[in-house]
Amino acid sequence: MLARPNWLGDREWLGDVWKWLDARLGLSYVQQIAKKKDVPVHRHTIWYYLGGMTLFLFMLQVATGVLLLFYYRPSAEEAYESIQFLMAEVEFGWLVRSIHAWAANLMILTVFIHLFSVLLLKAYRSPREITWLSGVALLGLSITFGFTGYLLPWNELAYFATRVGTEIIGVVPFVGSFFLSVLRGGTDVSGATLTRFYAIHVALLPAAAAIFLGLHLFLVQKHGMSIPDSAEGGDGKGRAMPFFPNFLLRDLIGWLSVFAIIAALAAFFPAELGVKADPFQPAPVGIKPEWYFMFMFQSLKYLPPHILFMEGEVVGVFAFGLAGVLLLLVPFLDRRSIRGERERLFIWLGIAAIAFIIVLTILGYTANPTQ
Amino acid sequence: MRFGFKGAPLLGLSLILVWSQTAVAQSEQDSCSTCHRVLPDERLSAPAEQFSDDIHATKGFICIACHGGDATIVGPAAMDPAKGYIGAPQRQQVPALCGRCHSNAQFMRRFNPALRVDQVVEFETSVHGQRLLSDGDPNVATCTDCHTAHSIKPVSDPRSSVHPLRVPATCGGCHADAERMARYDIPTDQLDLYQTSIHWETISEGGDLSAPTCNDCHGNHGAAPPGLSWVGNVCAQCHSMMAELFSESRHSRVFALLGNPGCATCHRNHDIHPASDEMLGLGEGAVCANCHSADDQGGQTAGALRMAIDSLRTTTEEAHSILLRAENSGMEVSQALFALNGAQDALVKARATIHSFDVEQVNAEVGAGLEIVTEVRSRGEQALSDLRLRRVWLAVSVVIIVALIVGLVMKIREMEHGGGRI
Amino acid sequence: MNDGTKPPEPSRRKFLNWLLGTSVGGLMLAMGFPVSRYLIPPEAAESATATVRLPFKPEEIPPNTAKIFKFGNRPGILVRTPAGELRAFSATCTHLACTVQYREELGHIWCACHNGHFDLTGQNIAGPPPRPLEAFVVNETADQIVVSKGA
Repeated sequence: MLARPNWLGDREWLGDVWKWLDARLGLSYVQQIAKKKDVPVHRHTIWYYLGGMTLFLFMLQVATGVLLLFYYRPSAEEAYESIQFLMAEVEFGWLVRSIHAWAANLMILTVFIHLFSVLLLKAYRSPREITWLSGVALLGLSITFGFTGYLLPWNELAYFATRVGTEIIGVVPFVGSFFLSVLRGGTDVSGATLTRFYAIHVALLPAAAAIFLGLHLFLVQKHGMSIPDSAEGGDGKGRAMPFFPNFLLRDLIGWLSVFAIIAALAAFFPAELGVKADPFQPAPVGIKPEWYFMFMFQSLKYLPPHILFMEGEVVGVFAFGLAGVLLLLVPFLDRRSIRGERERLFIWLGIAAIAFIIVLTILGYTANPTQ
Repeated sequence: MRFGFKGAPLLGLSLILVWSQTAVAQSEQDSCSTCHRVLPDERLSAPAEQFSDDIHATKGFICIACHGGDATIVGPAAMDPAKGYIGAPQRQQVPALCGRCHSNAQFMRRFNPALRVDQVVEFETSVHGQRLLSDGDPNVATCTDCHTAHSIKPVSDPRSSVHPLRVPATCGGCHADAERMARYDIPTDQLDLYQTSIHWETISEGGDLSAPTCNDCHGNHGAAPPGLSWVGNVCAQCHSMMAELFSESRHSRVFALLGNPGCATCHRNHDIHPASDEMLGLGEGAVCANCHSADDQGGQTAGALRMAIDSLRTTTEEAHSILLRAENSGMEVSQALFALNGAQDALVKARATIHSFDVEQVNAEVGAGLEIVTEVRSRGEQALSDLRLRRVWLAVSVVIIVALIVGLVMKIREMEHGGGRI
Repeated sequence: MNDGTKPPEPSRRKFLNWLLGTSVGGLMLAMGFPVSRYLIPPEAAESATATVRLPFKPEEIPPNTAKIFKFGNRPGILVRTPAGELRAFSATCTHLACTVQYREELGHIWCACHNGHFDLTGQNIAGPPPRPLEAFVVNETADQIVVSKGA
């Protein structure tokens, strides 16, 4: 006990500090956990990095988000102007905002890749069902972060995209119009919507994300890394590397690379502001949602106006809702995997879902908008 | 058709004044409208209906104030010429009839002290008045044609036929009627032309009722075409700067000699469109080219003026787009954008100075503007080059990150090939 | 190193530690510098949407003079009337958006572009301007003047 970690080197005073802190915080306990934690090494090990990458991007979002709060003003009269001020007058304001915008997009991308890698490698199998559930919840939160954050600069593009985006909620029968007015803070997107989205973006979602993220990380720690069937060493006798420091240092390399990429994106393609939203102007041509909504937006376009006795759009919204529920319940539906048998169906379904998302996203950006 | 009462004696002014002074008392016994409202002939009932929200009715006057008669008597006996009944006044009679009160300052003071009392005098000087009263032409406008006979409303009332928004239609009611105007041999396209003008746009779309409509240039009660030599004075009511410059220019004298109508020579009279830079010079749409060509000195001056204006306009636009580019990339250029307002001012001023037709005067304004533009432009370019500095910073950061990555890779190798944990 | 394996060459190890230390320090600087600059309030203390603190003091503007100030991207004009009262208006002429100025000998606001005149309440009194100048609210304390858009 009181094992003084080797990496502290042989400086005497550091050892004293360690002892002092250990007696109060129980650092050696943490160290023991870290020491015990191993990361399996096999041909799918690469996917283990995606979760950490997402965590890094999330932390970056928290840091830059807090910085943005120093200057942002959440009202229809001042939001646009405060961002204009931030971009033009505040030193490095452009950098902070551009990093926030780019890291947000990359985070949603890594969340998607993380989710699908877990799905295809069946890492959701018992006893990791709750890890999966919390992960799907975090995906939902990330997307909501993106949707609410997009409106905050109060520019024309965001205004109309939000108007279209929220309208979809109104399609749901019976309760749709109620939820729509609660979300919008009125019948239409207005200054009231902005303050609501602001509250959701900076208070509600971070709190919810902290809870689910804590649960998610605790469960990952508790159950360790899942080893896919198809990987060598699925029997638990495979190679492994210590999480600390070997895996963490590799994680760091990934984080730094992403950080460099984001900095480059921010310098070469700074986040734009566009023109201030004017609710009384007609919507500009070619309003498009953010890329991660594009596949849904585009599929709704292809639906006929009526399917059986229902409106096509309603059917589409229900289909996506159902798909979301199915995704959430995958660990409980994949019965054969539960019994330890090989089951290819869910892998094919996952691949089909990926293909669907990619194809419709591409169509969304290439198809003629008037069709 | 006319409901005239031929031979009715014009009653003395004093007698009628007595009537109108007792108008309020009489209003309780208003047999005229009581009967006329229910008459089956619309020609007889409509005036009584309309009069109910006439300004005169709201001030307490009733029918007899103009038509005479006795409203306390019910039945045709009320319309006794002996009691001053005149029926529908003849058109020539109308100005005098209205003038009984409206030319009387003492009387008008009791109802609207600010209202002028010279309308009849003015009317007598107008083309309408002269034709009606001197030439005996009953077809020209009298008071009731513009103000209506029984639903007269103040100018400020939007329902009034003489409200600024409705004046063009009121005048156009006759002047745009080709049949009616045929015998006077005057054009009838003024209303259509006017309604394409910047002045009408300013009133009708901009809501600025102070912009000129028919009466602001022609006079209202004294309506007449502005004379060729003094049309400039009319425009100068608002456009004083240009008028002053123009009056001192050589064009002012030459136009007078040639009989050209001052401002209207280039800007037209009814269809006055927003002035544009294209009007200047010898190119398409240039009004200078109507008289001048590239061979004469005036044509060369026109070209030089156009060039001066164009140079300031295009350089201002360029500087503005540079600043916008810098601003969109997050550079601080608000001071420069602010300074560029000065160049815009100089451009507007230079455009006004065109009316002196003096290249030197215009160049002085243009020069002041160009000076600002040059300074602003260099600040914009400075901002753009600072933008490149960002890339340098980025390169430095990336080098640091790469160094750290290399270090980490080496550390991992050392750790793992060294065979153990640190 | 204490488990008996061959330690790496000391010079290589020294370099590695130096590299790691320096680059971590560099990265801290590269991140810390922008963040600290970001937190320093910029000169224009607020986004100029509705309020601006003028860069001159009340005593710098004697009666019967005026000063032009920056209000967002457009100019404003602060007039001290001959009676000593401060009034502020948008300095953008309502005719063709030139910047107006104060004419001491006339005692009112004047636009040089087309000879438009405004009185000291901002009303257009002569020339082509179609509307009055937009009036702002002036708040004056001992050493500063704050101008804001009216409610």
